[in-house]
Amino acid sequence: MSIKVADILAHPTSNTEGPADPGRRDFIHIAATTVALGGIAAVAWPLVDQMNPAADTLAVASIEFDIAKVALGQQVEIIWRKQPVFIRHRTPAEIAKAVAADHASDLKDPELDSQRVKPGHAEWLIVLASCTHLGCVPTFAQGEYGGWLCPCHGSQYDTSARIRKGPAPKNLVVPEYAFIGPTKVKIG
Amino acid sequence: MSDHPSTYQPGSAIERWLDTRLPIVRFGADLMTFPTPRNLNYWYTFGGILAFCLGVQIVTGIVLAMHYDASGAGAFLSVNRGIMRDVNYGWLIRGLHANGASMFFIAVYLHILRGLYYGSYKAPREVLWLLGCVIYVLMMATAFMGYVLPWGQMSFWGAKVITSLFGAFPVIGKPLTALLWGGFAVDDPTLNRFFSLHYLLPFVIAAVVGLHIWALHVPGNNNPVGIEVKSKADTLPFHPYYTVKDLFAISVFMILFAVFVFFMPEALGKVDNQVMADPLKTPAHIVPEWYLLPFYAILRAIPDKLLGVLGLAGALGVLFALPWLDFSKVKSMRYRPTYRTFFFVWIVACAALGWCGSQEPDGQIIKGFAGPIFIDYDINSVTWLSRIASLYYFAYFLVITPLLGLIETPLPVPDSLFTPVLSHPAGVPVGAAAAPETKG
Repeated sequence: MSIKVADILAHPTSNTEGPADPGRRDFIHIAATTVALGGIAAVAWPLVDQMNPAADTLAVASIEFDIAKVALGQQVEIIWRKQPVFIRHRTPAEIAKAVAADHASDLKDPELDSQRVKPGHAEWLIVLASCTHLGCVPTFAQGEYGGWLCPCHGSQYDTSARIRKGPAPKNLVVPEYAFIGPTKVKIG
Repeated sequence: MSDHPSTYQPGSAIERWLDTRLPIVRFGADLMTFPTPRNLNYWYTFGGILAFCLGVQIVTGIVLAMHYDASGAGAFLSVNRGIMRDVNYGWLIRGLHANGASMFFIAVYLHILRGLYYGSYKAPREVLWLLGCVIYVLMMATAFMGYVLPWGQMSFWGAKVITSLFGAFPVIGKPLTALLWGGFAVDDPTLNRFFSLHYLLPFVIAAVVGLHIWALHVPGNNNPVGIEVKSKADTLPFHPYYTVKDLFAISVFMILFAVFVFFMPEALGKVDNQVMADPLKTPAHIVPEWYLLPFYAILRAIPDKLLGVLGLAGALGVLFALPWLDFSKVKSMRYRPTYRTFFFVWIVACAALGWCGSQEPDGQIIKGFAGPIFIDYDINSVTWLSRIASLYYFAYFLVITPLLGLIETPLPVPDSLFTPVLSHPAGVPVGAAAAPETKG
């Protein structure tokens, strides 16, 4: 079918109301829309994904730390993946207190003390210094359980850094780490 | 929107409620039904393409700013290591942004040439044209400051040369450059303010684009015939006729864009910019980006610092003055064959200036032939070609345009937009009716 200019002028909209085959027009609409949506998705993903951590950020994901520097009863706070980590050299009294509370009824997130340390290294407690409520850094030697108290909303952790009281839902997180020497840990 | 009656009917109770409070849906609907000359060809799609370009630059630019470090020590690394290697899809987003600037200028130059050819700057569209010129100047400022941000050698020395232009003015020159630099030379403070302004200006451009479109919708579009719309029969609703036409043109344009981004991302860049800025060492051959080359050639053609800067500014100034330099009542060059010839020569002159701007000033046009020296330079040198082309550039606007407006006898202009279409022999396929300007 050849359309003449004069036909178009006589009926300016005749070629849009296409009498012939409405199915063809629908097909073109669906095909064009599908391609357009595919294109939009292909453009949108890079624009979103660029906000995820960049390769150089992910590249510094693990650190090593020499624990010989930490005296008995001392706690150091180091930075791992841009967030604070407690490395606590626990006294026998603290360990005993933690083990004694292994089956306490007020544990909101029940865990044994032995699950929170590495076998043979019960004196070393390594946890993220980030309250599981809203992320503040808890303070040691405060609260009712001999462990940590979060200054923001009053969550209290025991000497195994387990949540005992307050709004936080979980124990302080034990990061992935390993002893790679008698006095060396690798976190991450 | 001038005398375009609104045909929007609020469909639901919510739309009726909104329409009496903020008639934004009506506004959009009226834009879509805007009566548009039925004979617009593909040269008229560059407005839509430019809106697309501005959108791409703003979106990719906001993303790049999330990863960019505007400091002399960190800028180069944040771009060339952070964004290009570490950030997820950073290479793609920067590729789109850096090449997008060139795409933007390709489109704006074709858009301007379209306006010149069809006389779109003439009454009643002078304000539309002036706003367009403002956008063009803002674009150049934005592009220049954006080029400085990667803080490579070309960035740094380009910034130094361009800001030093302002030093040419007597008395105010020195304090003005100090004000631009925020120091004794181009340095961290300069980089920081350029970053700030580079982020700001695109939104200013977007605002002026809003005014540009407003100024377009008061008189309505010009068209290839260059006569005003006389009746409804001369027009089509903007949607779907021109939305679809614009979208198709944008799609084709995206193919060109993608070729640059994916296959030759550095083709339009300069290798010197892969070297970190060094204030102690100027690259051997320093040139601006391609879209500024004609102006750079005009600057170098004039053997006086202040006059060179004024020549550069004047090259833009004549564009602003054009509506009052062209006295011809006939808009479209279709009906002004003599003027059209001079216009095509002007395009050649602009291209020659662009080429000259990319060459060494004393490079030879005909290799191996030494001509006589005249005003410091060999007659057979890039500088003299620049001088001749610059002279024609200004003569075109200041002599040829006013003169031809008075003395040229134009060809007969059709009575309505309808008649040239009807005058086609019957049987010509529909597609050809919208084809290039050669079809009268």
